[in-house]
Amino acid sequence: MAVSVNEAVSAGPARDRTPPARRRRGRGRAVVETATLTVLAAVMLFPVLWMIETSIKENRDVYAIPAKFFDFTVTLDHFKDVFVASGGGPTTLSGSFLNSVIVAGVSTVLATVLGVPAAWAYSRFSVKAKKDQLFFILSTRFMPPVVVVIPIFLMYRQVGLFDTKLGLILIYTAFNVPFTIWMMKGFVDEVPAEYEDAAMLDGYTRLQAFWKFTLPLLLPGIAATAVFALIFSWNEFVFAIFLTSSDAVRTAPPAIAGLIGGTTVDWGLVAAASIVFALPVLIFSYLVRKHLVAGVTLGAVRR
Amino acid sequence: MAGIEVTALHKRYPDGTVAVEHVDLSIADGELFVMLGPSGCGKTTTLRAIAGLERQTTGDIRIGDTLVNDLPPAERDIAMVFQFYALYPHLRTRDNLAFPLRAEGLPKAEVQERVDEAARLMRLGPLLDRRPHRLSGGEQQRVALARALVRRPRAFLMDEPLTNLDAELRADMRTEIKHLQGELGTTMVYVTHDQVEAMSLGHRIAILNKGRVEQIGTPLEVYDRPASLFCAAFIGSPPMNLIEVELADGHLRSKSGLTLTPPPNLPRDRSLIAGVRPEALEVTEPGAEGSVPGRVVSAEWLGDEIIYVVDHGDQRDVRVRMPLNVRFAADAPVGLRHTGGPPPVYDASTEELVA
Repeated sequence: MAVSVNEAVSAGPARDRTPPARRRRGRGRAVVETATLTVLAAVMLFPVLWMIETSIKENRDVYAIPAKFFDFTVTLDHFKDVFVASGGGPTTLSGSFLNSVIVAGVSTVLATVLGVPAAWAYSRFSVKAKKDQLFFILSTRFMPPVVVVIPIFLMYRQVGLFDTKLGLILIYTAFNVPFTIWMMKGFVDEVPAEYEDAAMLDGYTRLQAFWKFTLPLLLPGIAATAVFALIFSWNEFVFAIFLTSSDAVRTAPPAIAGLIGGTTVDWGLVAAASIVFALPVLIFSYLVRKHLVAGVTLGAVRR
Repeated sequence: MAGIEVTALHKRYPDGTVAVEHVDLSIADGELFVMLGPSGCGKTTTLRAIAGLERQTTGDIRIGDTLVNDLPPAERDIAMVFQFYALYPHLRTRDNLAFPLRAEGLPKAEVQERVDEAARLMRLGPLLDRRPHRLSGGEQQRVALARALVRRPRAFLMDEPLTNLDAELRADMRTEIKHLQGELGTTMVYVTHDQVEAMSLGHRIAILNKGRVEQIGTPLEVYDRPASLFCAAFIGSPPMNLIEVELADGHLRSKSGLTLTPPPNLPRDRSLIAGVRPEALEVTEPGAEGSVPGRVVSAEWLGDEIIYVVDHGDQRDVRVRMPLNVRFAADAPVGLRHTGGPPPVYDASTEELVA
C-alpha cells in the first residue's frame, strides 16, 4: 500500500517536470534531424534538380561559366526539340519513346499473362520437384544481362530477331516472367485455396473459380508486380543497345545515350529527353505506391 | 440423401508423398460419420477425394448408387464446410447463401424461399445484410453451415469446421451441428483431430493413422476396445494406461505385481500389453487388499475429479481417475489396484488387439 502511495505522489511532480524537458530535447533533436535530412535530400536531388534546370535553360546559359543557378531565361525549346525535328515532323527520339512504350507495355502484359497463372499453379498444385523448378526459374535471373547478351545477340541474328521490337519484347518477357512468378506466388499463397474449393463445389470449373474468386483478390498484387516489370523493361539498357541497330527499333535509353558523344553535346536536349523519359515511370509508381509497399513487404509478417 | 462407399482408396501426389495408403469406408444413409486422426493421417485427403477436390490415384468412391470417380465436385451433389469457412468476401450473407442456388440456375422465388429457410434454421436473420468481414468467427461458421444447407445436398462434408472457434463456442456449435444433422437426417462426414468432438458427435468413428483405417466403431466401442495401441493412446483424456503384462496362473500380472482379470482366449506365446482406462484403476491406502505399493508422483485437480499419476515400480507411471473425496498428497505412499473387468490386451510387436 505504502509503495503505491509513494509512487502516486512522486508521479505527480515527475509528470509536470519531465515532459517539457523531453519536449525541449525532442524539439532540438527534430531540428537536427530535419536539417540533416534536408542537406542529404539536397545532395541526393541535386543532379535531378540540375537536370530540370538544364532542360529549361537556353544553350548559352547551359554553358555559362560560372554556372547560373537562378538568373537564366526559361525556355521550353528543348522539350519541343525532343519531339519535333528542326524541319518539322517527328524526331527519331520521339520514335524511340514510342518504341519504349510498345516494348515495355507489351512485354509487361505478356509477363503478367504468363506469370500470374503460373504462380497460381505453383501455389495451388502439387508439382513434381516444385522447389527445384522454382529455383530454376529464379536462377535465370542470377546472371546479369551483360553476361548473356553476346550469345543472345548471335542467336537473334540467326533467327532474324536482331533489330526487331519483337526480339526486345521477348527478351524482356523472358526476364520478367520469373520475377512475376516469384512475386505473384507470394500473393496467391495469401489467398486461401478454400475459396476455389467452395466455388468448385458450387458448380464452377477450376479455371472459372480462379477467374471469378481468386483473381479479383489478386489485383493489388498484380498491379505491384506489373509496375516492377514495367520499370525493368522501361529502363533496360544493355539488351536494348546490343540487340538493336536502327533508329526505327531503338528504345529510349540507348537513344538518349546516343545523344551524348560526337563533337558537341546538346545538354539541354539530353536533359529534356531524360525528364520526358523518367516521367511515366514516376507517375505510374506514384499511382500504385500503396500496392508497391504491400508487394515489397509481403510475407515479412506472418499472419 | 445417400450413403457413401469408399473402396480401396489410395492417393499419391506427384511429388511422391502418399497421403492415403488404403482406406475402405462404408457410410450409411443418414449417418453422422466422423473421421478422426492426427494431422497428416489422410483424413482430410479422403474427405477431399469424396468431395472431388482431389482425384484419387486408385480406388472407387460411390455416393448413393453413383460411381463418382470422374465426376467434378459440382456434379456430386454434396456440400462442404471448410475450416476457414470460405465465405465469398465480396458477397453479403444473403448472397453467399444464394450463390450456390443461383449457380444451379434455380428460379428467383425458390432461391429466396430456401435462403430464408436456411437463415431461419441457423438464426441468421440479423446477419443477412452483412459482409463476411463484419461477422465473428462463430457467425461466419453458421453462415458457412447455412450455405451448405440451402443446397439440400445428398451429403455434408465437414472439414474441421470448429477448429478455429474458441472452446465455448465450439461446444455450442457441436451441439448445433449434431441437432441439425439429426433433424435433417442427411448423411454427414465429419473430419476432426479432436477426440472429444469425435466422441460426442459421431454415430460411428473411423480412426485413421498414416493413411490407413485403424478402427471403425461406435464411440463406445472405440472407447472400450481400441483396436490397436495407436487408438488406445489416441482416445480418452487422459489416455489408456498401457501396461506390459504376463499371463501367469490365470492372472495378468505386470512387472510391479499389479493383477488384472484376463480376457478369455489369450494367446500365450507372446509379450502382451494391457490397456487400462484411468477409471479402471484405484488408488488406495497402502497395503489395502489386492493392491501393489506405489507412490503419488503428482495429483491434477480438475474440479470434479482428481487425476493421480502413480509410480508403481513399472517403467511407466499410470494415471488414475479418482473422485474428489479420495485425497492423497504428492509423494504419499499408496496402494494401486485394478477394479474394472478384463481390459483389452494387445500384442506388443504387432500393436494390435488380441483379446
